[in-house]
Amino acid sequence: MNFTLKIWRQKNAKAKGKFVTYNIENISESCSFLEMLDILNNQLIEKGDDPVSFDHDCREGICGTCSLYINGRPHGPDDAVTTCQLHMRRFKDGDTIVIEPWRSGAFPVIRDLMVDRKAFDKIIQAGGFISVNTGGIPDANAILIPKDKADTAMDAAACIGCGACVAACKNASAMLFVSAKVSHLAVLPQGKAEASRRVQAMVAKMDELGFGNCTNTGACEAECPKQISIDNIARMNREFLGAKLGAQKQK
Amino acid sequence: MTVLDSKTPQGALADKWNNYKDHIALVNPANKRKLDVIVVGTGLAGASAAASLGALGFKVKAFCYQDSSRRAHSIAAQGGINAAKNYQNDGDSVYRLFYDTIKGGDYRAREANVYRLAEVSGDIIDQSVANGVPFAREYGGLLDNRSFGGAQVSRTFYARGQTGQQLLLGAYSAMSYQVNKGNVEIFSRHEMLDVVIIDGRARGIIARNLVTGEIERYAAHAVVIATGGYGNVFFLSTNAMGSNGTAAWKAHKKGAYFANPCFTQIHPTCIPVHGDYQSKLTLMSESLRNDGRIWVPKRKEDVEALRNGKIKPKDIAEENRDYYLERRYPAFGNLVPRDVASRAAKERCDAGFGVGETGLAVFLDFSSAINRLGKKVVEERYGNLFQMYEKIVDENPYETPMMIYPAVHYTMGGLWVDYELQSTVKGLFVAGEANFSDHGANRLGASALMQGLADGYFVLPYTMQNYLADQISVPRFDTNRSEFDEAEKQVKTLIDKLMNVKGSQPVDHFHRQLGKIMWDKVGMARNKKGLEEAVKEIQALRAEFWKDVRIPGEINEVNPELEKAIRVADFLELGELMAMDALHREESCGGHFREEYQTPDGEALRQDENFMYVAAWEYKGEGKYEMYKEPLNYEFIEVKQRNYK
Amino acid sequence: MSNKFLKYSSVTKKIVMSLAGLFLIVFLVMHLSINLLLLKSDDGAAYMQAVHFMTTNPIVKFMEIFLFGGFLLHIILGIVLQIQNWQARPVRYKVEGFSQKSFFSKYMIHTGAIIFVFLIIHFINFYFVKLGWVNPPEGVDKHDFYQMAGILFSNHFYAILYVILMIVLGFHLNHAFQSAFQSLGLNHTKYTPAIKAIGTIYSIVVPLGFAIIPLYFLLIK
Ligand SMILES: Cc1cc2nc3c(=O)[nH]c(=O)nc-3n(C[C@H](O)[C@H](O)[C@H](O)COP(=O)(O)OP(=O)(O)OC[C@H]3O[C@@H](n4cnc5c(N)ncnc54)[C@H](O)[C@@H]3O)c2cc1C
Ligand code: FES
Repeated sequence: MNFTLKIWRQKNAKAKGKFVTYNIENISESCSFLEMLDILNNQLIEKGDDPVSFDHDCREGICGTCSLYINGRPHGPDDAVTTCQLHMRRFKDGDTIVIEPWRSGAFPVIRDLMVDRKAFDKIIQAGGFISVNTGGIPDANAILIPKDKADTAMDAAACIGCGACVAACKNASAMLFVSAKVSHLAVLPQGKAEASRRVQAMVAKMDELGFGNCTNTGACEAECPKQISIDNIARMNREFLGAKLGAQKQK
Repeated sequence: MTVLDSKTPQGALADKWNNYKDHIALVNPANKRKLDVIVVGTGLAGASAAASLGALGFKVKAFCYQDSSRRAHSIAAQGGINAAKNYQNDGDSVYRLFYDTIKGGDYRAREANVYRLAEVSGDIIDQSVANGVPFAREYGGLLDNRSFGGAQVSRTFYARGQTGQQLLLGAYSAMSYQVNKGNVEIFSRHEMLDVVIIDGRARGIIARNLVTGEIERYAAHAVVIATGGYGNVFFLSTNAMGSNGTAAWKAHKKGAYFANPCFTQIHPTCIPVHGDYQSKLTLMSESLRNDGRIWVPKRKEDVEALRNGKIKPKDIAEENRDYYLERRYPAFGNLVPRDVASRAAKERCDAGFGVGETGLAVFLDFSSAINRLGKKVVEERYGNLFQMYEKIVDENPYETPMMIYPAVHYTMGGLWVDYELQSTVKGLFVAGEANFSDHGANRLGASALMQGLADGYFVLPYTMQNYLADQISVPRFDTNRSEFDEAEKQVKTLIDKLMNVKGSQPVDHFHRQLGKIMWDKVGMARNKKGLEEAVKEIQALRAEFWKDVRIPGEINEVNPELEKAIRVADFLELGELMAMDALHREESCGGHFREEYQTPDGEALRQDENFMYVAAWEYKGEGKYEMYKEPLNYEFIEVKQRNYK
Repeated sequence: MSNKFLKYSSVTKKIVMSLAGLFLIVFLVMHLSINLLLLKSDDGAAYMQAVHFMTTNPIVKFMEIFLFGGFLLHIILGIVLQIQNWQARPVRYKVEGFSQKSFFSKYMIHTGAIIFVFLIIHFINFYFVKLGWVNPPEGVDKHDFYQMAGILFSNHFYAILYVILMIVLGFHLNHAFQSAFQSLGLNHTKYTPAIKAIGTIYSIVVPLGFAIIPLYFLLIK
C-alpha cells in the first residue's frame, strides 16, 4: 500500500512547527501504524534527514505511551485501540494521513509528535492515592469487597493515562482521566476514607494545570482506547459536590 | 576460582529471614532524613522500593526513561501474581510455593532467597489491596484465584488480564503519595548511563535528560537498580521497545558481577512473526493454555495444503492432528512449564510441521473448549485476548485456531546479588528482573510480579537500612567531585564517539542482525558450535556497528536514535557474554537447552555434579570476563529430575 | 467578574451552570404554558389574565430576581468557561476532531449566543416596553402583550425568525437537559436512560410548543 503522510514537525518546545509531507510506498497491510513510521524513519535516516519523533514503548496497548492524532481522531480510525495497535489495513491504499500531536496547553509539544504529559502525574500526586505506608496492613480478605464494586473500580482503573481524552475533547478537558482515578478509589472501601479530600485536591490541581472545562460532549468516552465511561465523570461531580457541601470549615 | 559468598543467614530455612530482620542495624527517623537513595527504574520493583524507602523517611530520587513512571514495562504483565495465601484451601503453603519455584527453576536458584520470597508473598497481596488494586473478587466479596503453569494449586491473584498494570498503578500511587509528602522526587525521561563510585561504594549516577540531552549528575548514599530485563538483546521480544540492559550493564562494567546471563525465558504463546518490518512480539497470556489445545498437522501434505491455502485448519480431521504436548506429556498436557512447551513447538516446526506463512507457528485451538463450554464462557474468560489477537492478525479465533510461536519474554539472569540484594559493588542494590536472584534457570508464570514487589516492598527496606545504618555520619556528596567528573567524561566520550561514526546504517539494522544471531544460536536450543560462531559473529557485528552506524540529529535535543544506539552498543557486549555463559554451561537446565545434553526423549539433562552453581562474571575489559561461582547447596529440598510426563 | 469568581473550581462552575440551566428549563415550561393561552380563541382574555398575574403578583416579582440571576449566571459562566476552554488549546488541530457522540454538545456556545441575541430582541419587544424604556407600537398599551405579540407574529420575517430560533433552542436544550444531570452527578444505570429520553422529548416539545404560536398567527389567524 502507498500513503501520503502529512506530519507535524517541530524541533523543540520553543520552535515553530509546520506540516511536512512524505510519501511512503510498499507498506504491508499487516504492518502496524508505528511500524509504518519506523519504516519512514529508517528511510529518512538513510537519506540523511531527521527522523520523526513520537512516543511509544510497550506497543501492545497498555502502557499509554503512544499518542498521535490521526486524521482528526486520537489513536486513529479504529475504535477502542491505541495507535500502537492500529494496523494499516484500516486505511485505503493511496490515503492521505494527517498526523498531529495531542493539542492541549497542558501537554506542550516536546518535539514533533511527542508531548509532555507530566500534568497527569501531578494530578495523581495531588491526591490520586491511598495514604498508606508499606507494612502493617490487615489481611487482604479482611475487607469484603462485593464483586460489582470491584468490577466497577476495575473498569475505571483500566485507564492507561494516554491523554486521548484530553486530545479528543474540544475543551482539552482532563475530566475523564481524573474522574477515572477518583472513581476507582472512591468505589473501593479502602479508598473511601479520604475520598472527599482526594476529589477536591485532584480537581484543584487539574484546574491549576490549565485543562479546559468539561461540557459533557462525550468525545472523551468515544475516543478512549480503554472505553472508560463518562459515568465516572458524573460520579466525580457527585463526589465533589458531596465533598464541598459536606466538608467542615478548615480550622 | 574464587567462590562468592551469598551472606545467607544461618539457621533453619523458615527462621532465616526473621532472624535477619531481628538483628539488623536500624536508622533513627531523624537520621533517615539525611540519607539519600537513588532508585533507577520505576517498575514494580523500583516503584515499590521508592515508595517504601520514602515512607520510612529516606530521601529518594527515582528515575525512569519513560515520560511517566507509571509506564514502566511491568504495566504489560497480564496473567497474575502468585502468593501463598491458601485462600482456596487447596493445600498451598509457603513451603509449597518455595518448592514449586525452586523446582520450576530447575534447581538453579538460591534456597534462602526463594523461601523469603514465598514468605513475604502474602504481604504483597495485603499491601496491594491497601493501595487500591482491584483484584478479581468472588460474589461473596473475597479474593478470587486462578491456576497457572507449573503448580497444582490455585494461588494466582489477578485483575482481569491487566494484573501488572493494576499492581504497578498501586505501587505508582504509593510512590505518588510519597512525592506528595516530599520524600520522593521523580525524574522521568532520564536514562541512567553510569554509576558513580566513591571509595568503593556506589554514590551516585550519571543520567541523560532525554528532553534536553544534557548529561546530569545525581548523588546519594546508596543506589538501587531496578531497570528490568534485557530480553531486547534478541531485538524481537515481548518486552517494551525501550526495555534495555544499559543500566545493569554500566553497573557491571563498574564492578557488579553479572550472573547467569544465558538464562532467558522463551514464552510459548506469542503471536508469530509476520514480516521483516516487525518491531516487537505480542504475548498471548499463558492462561490460554488452560482451555486451548496445541497442535500441528500429522501429515506433511496437510502442511503443504494449508500453506497454499487449499485447505483450512478445520478441514484437517481429528486423527490427522498431532496434539504433541498431550502426546508427549500426558500428565501436564498443554500446561507444561514454559521452557518445555516452547521447545516442543520448536521441535515440531524444525521437523517441518509448522504452520503459517513462515512455517514457524503452531495452532492453539479453542474449538473443543467452545464445544464443551459454549462460546459465551470462552468469551468471558478470554474475550479481550481474542479481540487483541483479531486486531493484530485479522483472523477470528472463535472460528479458526490461533497461531502462536515462542518468543523471548524474560531474563532470569541479571546482576549478581547476595541475600541482601546487594551487588558486588557496595551500596549498589539490585531488584526485580534486573537481578538474577529467585527464578533459577526458568521462571514460573506469575512469579516475576511477586518477586519485583517482594524486593521493593519487603526486602530492600530492611537490607538497605542495614547498609545505611553506618552511613549516617557521611554527609551528602557534592556532585562536583572528581569521581563525578570522571564518570561524566566517560559518558560524554561514548556519546561523542557514537555520534561521530557517521556511517550509513540506522541502529535498527544492527539490532535486527544481533537479534537474529541471538535467536538462531543463543535461543531456544544451543550447541557448542553455534555458540562459538555466535561469539565471533557478535564481535564482528560490534566492530561493524562502531564503523557504520548512523545517528541523525544532535546530542543536545530529543534524539531517540541516539538513545537506541547507546542501548544497542551495550546489547552488542551483553549478547557476547550471554553466548559465552551458555557455552561454558555444559548442561541443559530450564530455559538453557544445550542440544548435547538431553535425555533420549529430548528432555533437558542437568549436570548437577559440575554445574550446580551460579556463574557470576566480572568485567575485565571489552570481551574479557572472569567467572566466579556461587555454589548452590540444597539443604532443605531434594534435588530431582523435573518430570511433567 | 472578580478574580475570586474565576477561582471557583471548574466543577463548581459546572454545577452552578447546570443548576441555573435547570432553573431556566423549568421557567421555559411556565413561559410556554402562558404563551399557549394565545391560541385560545377568546381574544386574549385568558392570556392577559395570566400576564397580569405574572406582572403584578409580588411573589412572582420576587422570583423574577432569581430568574434574571439565573440567566445572568448561566450566560456569564457559559462565556467564562468557553474562554477558558479556548485557552486550554492554544494551538488548534489541522483536522478538527469529530466524534459520534452528542453532536449538539459541540455547539452549545454557538446556539447559546444565538439564543442570547434573541433574548435581547425579546426583551426589547416586551419587557423593556413594560418598563417604559421602549415605546410600544402605535396605539398599543404598554401592558397589552397580546396585541404586541399579534403584531410581531403577523410579521412574516419575525415569525420565521422566531421558528428558526426555536429550532436552535431545541438543539441547545437537547444537550442541556441531560448534561445538567451529568454535571450534578445524577447518574444511574437505571434512570439515566429515562432522563435522556425525557430530555429529548422536552427539547422537541417545548420549542415546538413555542413555534406553533407564530405559525398559528401566520397561517390560521
Ligand atoms: C508481556 C509480558 C507479560 C508478563 N506477564 C507476567 C505475569 O503475568 N506475571 C508475572 O509475574 N510476570 C509477568 N511478566 C514479567 C514481569 O512483568 C516483569 O518481569 C516485571 O514486571 C519486571 O519488573 P521490574 O520492576 O523489574 O522492571 P520493569 O517493569 O521493566 O521496569 C524497568 C524500569 O526501569 C527503567 N529503566 C530501564 N532502563 C533505565 C535506564 N537506563 N535509566 C533509567 N531508567 C531505566 C524503566 O523506565 C522502568 O521504569 C510479563 C512480562 C511481559 C513482557
Ligand atoms: S506503546 Fe504502549 S500503549 Fe501504545
